[in-house]
Amino acid sequence: MKRAFKDFNFTLGLILTAIVLIPAIIGIFWTPYSTETMDNAMKMAGASLSHPFGCDNFGRDILSRVMAGTGTTLIIGLGTVFIGTLIGTIIGAFTGYYGGLVDDIFMRFNDVMFSFPSLLLALVFVAIMGSGRIQLLIALGIAFIPSYVRIVRAEYVRARNLDYVKSASLAGASDLRIMFVHILPNIVKVLINSILIGFNNAVLAEAGLSFLGIGVQPPVASLGRMLSDAQTYLFNAPGMALAPGLTLIVMVLGISLLGKSKVITDR
Amino acid sequence: MLLHVEDLNIEFHDHIVPETVVYDFDLDMEEGEIVGLVGESGSGKSMSALAIAGLLSRHDAKKRGQILFEGTDILGCPRETLRGLQGDEISMVFQEPMTSLNPVKKIGWQVEEAMRIHTKATPEERKRRALEVLSHVDLDDPERVYNSYPHQLSGGMRQRVMIAAAMINTPKLLIADEPTTALDVTVQAEIVKLLKHINKKHNTAILFISHDLSLVRQLCGRVLVMKGGYVVESGNTEEIFNNPKEDYTKHLIDSIPKVNLDE
Repeated sequence: MKRAFKDFNFTLGLILTAIVLIPAIIGIFWTPYSTETMDNAMKMAGASLSHPFGCDNFGRDILSRVMAGTGTTLIIGLGTVFIGTLIGTIIGAFTGYYGGLVDDIFMRFNDVMFSFPSLLLALVFVAIMGSGRIQLLIALGIAFIPSYVRIVRAEYVRARNLDYVKSASLAGASDLRIMFVHILPNIVKVLINSILIGFNNAVLAEAGLSFLGIGVQPPVASLGRMLSDAQTYLFNAPGMALAPGLTLIVMVLGISLLGKSKVITDR
Repeated sequence: MLLHVEDLNIEFHDHIVPETVVYDFDLDMEEGEIVGLVGESGSGKSMSALAIAGLLSRHDAKKRGQILFEGTDILGCPRETLRGLQGDEISMVFQEPMTSLNPVKKIGWQVEEAMRIHTKATPEERKRRALEVLSHVDLDDPERVYNSYPHQLSGGMRQRVMIAAAMINTPKLLIADEPTTALDVTVQAEIVKLLKHINKKHNTAILFISHDLSLVRQLCGRVLVMKGGYVVESGNTEEIFNNPKEDYTKHLIDSIPKVNLDE
C-alpha cells in the first residue's frame, strides 16, 4: 500500500475523488440548508460566510445543492455502469465463448446499436420511457451495453482457446462454470478499466442530458440539472455554474487518474 | 478393454476445402497399459488424443469412427455423460505447463477443481486430498505450493501440479500430450519416472504422446508411429526400435541425438 502512494496518478486521483465523494456522501444524510426551500431575499446572492458558494436564482444554497446533486449524479453513474457491465458481460461472455451463428446475429445487432452515439441512444430511450432519475439510469445503462459487449466478447474469444480453459473443461467443468468461474477472474483487469471510463462517460452523459432538459427533473438537484439552470444567469451569477462545473471536473479527473494509475492497471 | 478406438477419422471444415488430419486411427488399450504415440509435428497425434478425451468441439471438426471408453461411446454420447467421465475417469496433461494453469487462481483451487465437480467431498477433505496428490508428485512443500499462484512456480513444478490435478480422482486413463517437451532434460526424466510410478501405483493406463523416442522407449510397452495422419507402424516398443519396418520409423530412430562423452 505504501508503494501505491508513490504513484502520482493514484495519489492525486484518490485525493480529487475524495474531495468530491466525501461531501457527496455527507450530502445524502445532511446538507447545510434544504435543497428545495426558496428564499427570495437571497436570490443570486454571492459567496458569503453563511452561503460559501452563494445562492441560485431561487435563493437556494448552492453548496447544499451541489452536495445533494453530486449524490444524484453518482447514483446515476454507478447504476448505469452496473446495468451496462452486468448485461454487457453476460451477453459478451456467451457470444464470445460459443461463437457461431448466435454470435454473428448478436454482434451485427450490436454493431447497429454501436453506430449510434450512446448519448443519442439514451435520448431515444428517454423519449420512450419518459424522463426522471430511474428512467435516465435505465436509459443510459442500456445505451452503454454495446460497448461492454464488445470488450468482454473480445476477451472471451481470446480466452476460449487457451490451455487453462481446455484443462478446466477436461476436469468436467460445465460451460457456465468455465465462463464465469474460470475465465471471468482473468478479465476483471480489463473490466475495471472500462468500468472507470464508463463511469466517467455516464456522469458526463447525465450532465449532458439534464442540461438538455430531458434528464433529472426539477426541483431534484443533479450536477447537470444545476448547470442547465445556471446557463440563463451565466453573466448575473457565474457562481451558479462554477460550483457544479468544478465539482464535475474534479470528480471526472480524479476517477480518470485512478483508472490510469499503476495500482489498478498492473493488477 | 479400457479403450477401443476404431477407424477414427478427423476432418476440419474451417477452410473452404475440408482437411483430414487423422485417417483410420485404431487403438486398443488395456487397463494399466502404457502406450506411446510418436510422430513429427502435424502428424495428427494430438488431434487423436483430443478426440479420445472428448475435447474436440463439435462444430470445428467432423469425426467418423468409434471411440469406446469402457463401453461408453465418446463421440456419440450426450455432453453430460462426457463431462461425467472427464476429470473423473479420463484426465489429460498438456504440453505447455506455462499456459495450462489459470493465472489468477491458486494452485490448490485448481488441483481441487475436478474433485469439486465430481465428488461431494467437504472443503477439508478436498484440501487433504489435494495436499496428498501434490506430495505424490514429489513436490517438496505441498502446503506452500497449495497456496501459490502459477507464476510463483517453475515449469517443472507446474507440470507436476498438472499431473497432480489430473490424478486427483485417480482416473483410469491419463493422456499425456507431450508433457515433457517444454521442460529441460533433467526434469523430463523425472516426469517420466513420475508417470511410471503413477502407472504402477494406481494401475492408471497412460497414453503418452511425444516426439522424443528415447523417452517413449523408457516408458512405453507398446508404441504407435504416426505420419501425415496415418498410423504407419505399431507394436512392441523394443521390436520396433530394434528392427523398424517402415523407412519413416527408421528415420525417426536415426534422428535421436547420440551423445558419447568418451570420444
